[in-house]
Amino acid sequence: MSQPFRLNKEGLINRNKKISFTFNGKKLFGYEGDTIASALIANGIHLVGRSFKYHRPRGFFGAGVEEPNAKLQVEFNGHSEPNVNATEMELVEGLSATSQNCWPSVNFDIGAINNFLKMFFPAGFYYKTFMWPKSFWYKIYEPFIRKAAGLGVASIEKDKERYEHKFEYCDLLVTGSGPSGLASAYAAAKNGAKVILAEDKPRFGGTLLTDDVSIDNLSGKDWAEKIITELKSMPNVTVKNRSQVFGYYDHNMLVMFERVSDHLEKKSKFTPRQRLWYIRAKETILSTGSIERPIVFGNNDTPGIFLSAAAKEYMKVYGVLVGKKPLIFTNNDSAYETALEFKKNNVEPIILDTREEHSSELIDEAKSKGIDIRFSHGVIVANGYKKVKSAKIGKLNKDKNSFEKIETVDCDCICVSGFWTPSVHLASQSGNKLKYEEKIDAFIPDKKKQHETSVGAANGSFTLEESLKHGFENGSNLSAKITETKTEISIPNVNEKKYGAHDKFWCMPLPKNENPKRFVDFQNDVSVSDIEIALREGYRSIEHVKRYTTLGMATDQGRTSNLNGLQLVSNIENKIVPEVGHTTFRPPFTPITIGTIVGREVGMEYMPTRKTPMHEWHEKNNAVFVDAGAWKRPRYYKEGNETLFEASKREAKNVRENVGICDVTTLGKIDIKGPDAAEFLNRVYTNAWMKLPIGKARYGLMLREDGIVMDDGTTTRISENHYHMTTTTAQAANVLSHLEYYLQIVWPELNVNVVSTTEQWAGAAIAGPKSRDMLSKLYPDLDVSNDALPFMGYKEVEFFGVPSRIFRISFSGELAYEINVKSDHGMFMWEKMMEVGKEFGNQPYGTEALSTLRIEMGHVAGPELDGRTIPSDVSLNGLVSKKKDFIGKNSLGREAFNVESRQKIVGLIPIDRKSSIPEGSHIVQDQNAKLPNPKLGHVSSSCWSVENNNPFSLAIMKDGKNMIGKKFFAVSPLKNKSIEVEVISSHYVDPEGKRVRS
Amino acid sequence: MLYIKCPYCGLRAQKEFSYGGDATVKRPNINEEVSSEDWDNFVYMRKSPRGKHVELWQHIAGCRQWIKVQRDTATHEIFQTAKVTEEIR
Repeated sequence: MSQPFRLNKEGLINRNKKISFTFNGKKLFGYEGDTIASALIANGIHLVGRSFKYHRPRGFFGAGVEEPNAKLQVEFNGHSEPNVNATEMELVEGLSATSQNCWPSVNFDIGAINNFLKMFFPAGFYYKTFMWPKSFWYKIYEPFIRKAAGLGVASIEKDKERYEHKFEYCDLLVTGSGPSGLASAYAAAKNGAKVILAEDKPRFGGTLLTDDVSIDNLSGKDWAEKIITELKSMPNVTVKNRSQVFGYYDHNMLVMFERVSDHLEKKSKFTPRQRLWYIRAKETILSTGSIERPIVFGNNDTPGIFLSAAAKEYMKVYGVLVGKKPLIFTNNDSAYETALEFKKNNVEPIILDTREEHSSELIDEAKSKGIDIRFSHGVIVANGYKKVKSAKIGKLNKDKNSFEKIETVDCDCICVSGFWTPSVHLASQSGNKLKYEEKIDAFIPDKKKQHETSVGAANGSFTLEESLKHGFENGSNLSAKITETKTEISIPNVNEKKYGAHDKFWCMPLPKNENPKRFVDFQNDVSVSDIEIALREGYRSIEHVKRYTTLGMATDQGRTSNLNGLQLVSNIENKIVPEVGHTTFRPPFTPITIGTIVGREVGMEYMPTRKTPMHEWHEKNNAVFVDAGAWKRPRYYKEGNETLFEASKREAKNVRENVGICDVTTLGKIDIKGPDAAEFLNRVYTNAWMKLPIGKARYGLMLREDGIVMDDGTTTRISENHYHMTTTTAQAANVLSHLEYYLQIVWPELNVNVVSTTEQWAGAAIAGPKSRDMLSKLYPDLDVSNDALPFMGYKEVEFFGVPSRIFRISFSGELAYEINVKSDHGMFMWEKMMEVGKEFGNQPYGTEALSTLRIEMGHVAGPELDGRTIPSDVSLNGLVSKKKDFIGKNSLGREAFNVESRQKIVGLIPIDRKSSIPEGSHIVQDQNAKLPNPKLGHVSSSCWSVENNNPFSLAIMKDGKNMIGKKFFAVSPLKNKSIEVEVISSHYVDPEGKRVRS
Repeated sequence: MLYIKCPYCGLRAQKEFSYGGDATVKRPNINEEVSSEDWDNFVYMRKSPRGKHVELWQHIAGCRQWIKVQRDTATHEIFQTAKVTEEIR
């Protein structure tokens, strides 16, 4: 159980706590504070995956978010997660990681044959090859490609974890706790600002943890610790590790992803796994640092090849050696620090520096320590299949396009450094157009677009002194503007090594007759030759090159590949990089879990549930519910083994024969008051409202300004200046906004107030020929005769001691009443009705029976008023006043609304009187006509007519009224049905409307 | 997510509001003759400016007031908000 590559003392891991885990079934151990990557490297394991296209062996390349290769399927804490970055995921007890994209195993992968066929897989291969025959795509090509090129496997288990969303506001958000971030946060905190400091990694400090520097005579790490401790003690500061700010949205809204408990072995029941923070910051400091850029060379994807800073981080943070015979390949001074760190741990590195022999503080130090430095040298090609064994290195000529000398040296790892790329993703997302900074050959933020300020390496300053200075200054100035307090802070003394200039060189040439793959984008297997092909084939825009070659399109978003890709294009095209431009940075910065995005909005919490006061009774009485917006409405009340069809038929029949009650609480209710209420209604509805007497209801139709029917319902005049409006359940919110719009904006001179009272009233409809008898029992003192309470009449009477409103209105087409009581009395009313109704054969009925009743009566509802119909389409032109003006009136004169053949509502019955007609069916003349078969109309609502005992449907049909008596086909390709139908009147039952007035 | 200053309630998140279209359109007066051209312009014709634009929003999950918002349609920058009875220049 020894760890051959673990150093004895170095590192910030907790050596007192061993953690066991498995990798591809093999039992291993690491320490608390390890990542999966550091623990595997400590165990000498480098081969962790296979590449996307060629299935080449791949190992670790980075030590954090920049990692392009090491994506693992990880099982931990009872769930399985694909594409986990091994360099970021912390080790937890019992974790089990497996390689992805390989079969049967990462050591022997059949897909690797692609590597030997690579001449057949150039850029655009898929586009070119799988175009023909077209029909092969879905069934053969796509499934095959998906299988061969897939990443991990998403779990199909229900995610039992808890995820949360949090909304937060602050004066200053600092994204990254490196030197500039710490300085900014500290300065702002001292000014009394409300500060949030976010750090993606588990440890605060960024490069201070790995750089050999001192601040005020403390080591970088100790200084970071001191500042963090002080910040944590301040009440105006929130400090968060394992928290990545991944998106910069409008109006300084930033979104942060916090890994709350993935690293914990045990957690309490309600601790979320991850948390999404929506942070509205007045000012934002972007201290996101920079990522090392590789140099491209042959077989540069072989396991054992690392970024040089990653190699240093593995030593300094995890106490792990990435190899014992390292080659350091660099174009700048920073890799010398890695070499010195190796040397300190008694490992002898060889430095290959592409620059000509020169001197700098670091070079001199390396020389004095006796490190083998070879100037004008570089790695041509790495040898070894599953692990680097040696490297062919070369001495470059003056123009750096060929070699003066080539030799092979043994090595077990290559640490490469091509200088640094500022992480400008958040700045770019904020709308900041980036500019190209020649001095560092990379893009940095330009003019501010929102309240973002980039500092430190993210802004292209690569010295500690400058980073701290900018951090303190910006943190102080930005917060002082908000808090109007300025605390003077002296900028600490810094001791750091001076770097010389880097070499503008990122791609090794190849010797004649050698053609190893030189990868630019590891995760998507994009090589130099792919980019050359794309350019040869005429792709010029960098966005097109990206899409054609898939450069930078993987989950690592090209963090290590974008600039090298741009550089290549600019070299080939003889353009400078800023002219080539860069591709767009999009959130999230790194992949985040779907669970976090969804948060608590799952299951019952997906949306609010609205229940009527009688809900509990419905539940107890076997109601099967249906969603009507957020409302739960009884669809039918199941008796015994009844089906939906049987139950709704029984319930509807009972209404037609006896009496039934229906919970109509969900109908929208709007209270309207004011001296101009009548005038307002007169403008809102198409029919006349000025003369509605007190104590009477009227059916009304409202249009949109374009003449299309918006909603219908009844409105009752309660008193002189007081009206009670009802709307459909679905349109309740829209109608209220509509009324408010006209009252606030268009006709502010009208003295009217509107307010929703939907939830204040519970409603029950009593419908059926025996409803009057039942009503008289419910209201023993009330004269319920047709004269005293006629159709559209209204009464306010006590219902067994509680106030109630009786409306004689009907949706079912039967003699019917709607009773409203205060919500608190809803259940009382309902139970009383059930009790009293017994002797009349009363039964509750649900929405399915309700639909049946209204459909066979030809009453229109949502399916007919679908946002495409005008009043005359649905036979409601009788309600359209010719005398007065109203909303939408002017549109009704439009030519298209008045052509003779315009669509009209009709009824349909199947010729066989048996086959029910699927809703949504198309009406066609000839069911066998060639496609596209001309559509004459569509079936909007269907039911089984309980009155006539056969199916009946409503349809909206071209020239409908003239089609009555003719035969057509109702065709539903969805249900694979075609039914011969006859067109009849839409009023199938009681066309004169006698019953409601009886 | 936009951050909209309701003239009645102060700065609130966009999710409390509902968008209500172009605020510069004026409905022809009720009970007055209107040419079909003017009517069609009112109902259908909208400019789709890139840049500053005054639009209506309703604070539906707040005070329920309709308000005017002057917003840059390209950058989402909000320059000014006002009650509907107030003018935005």
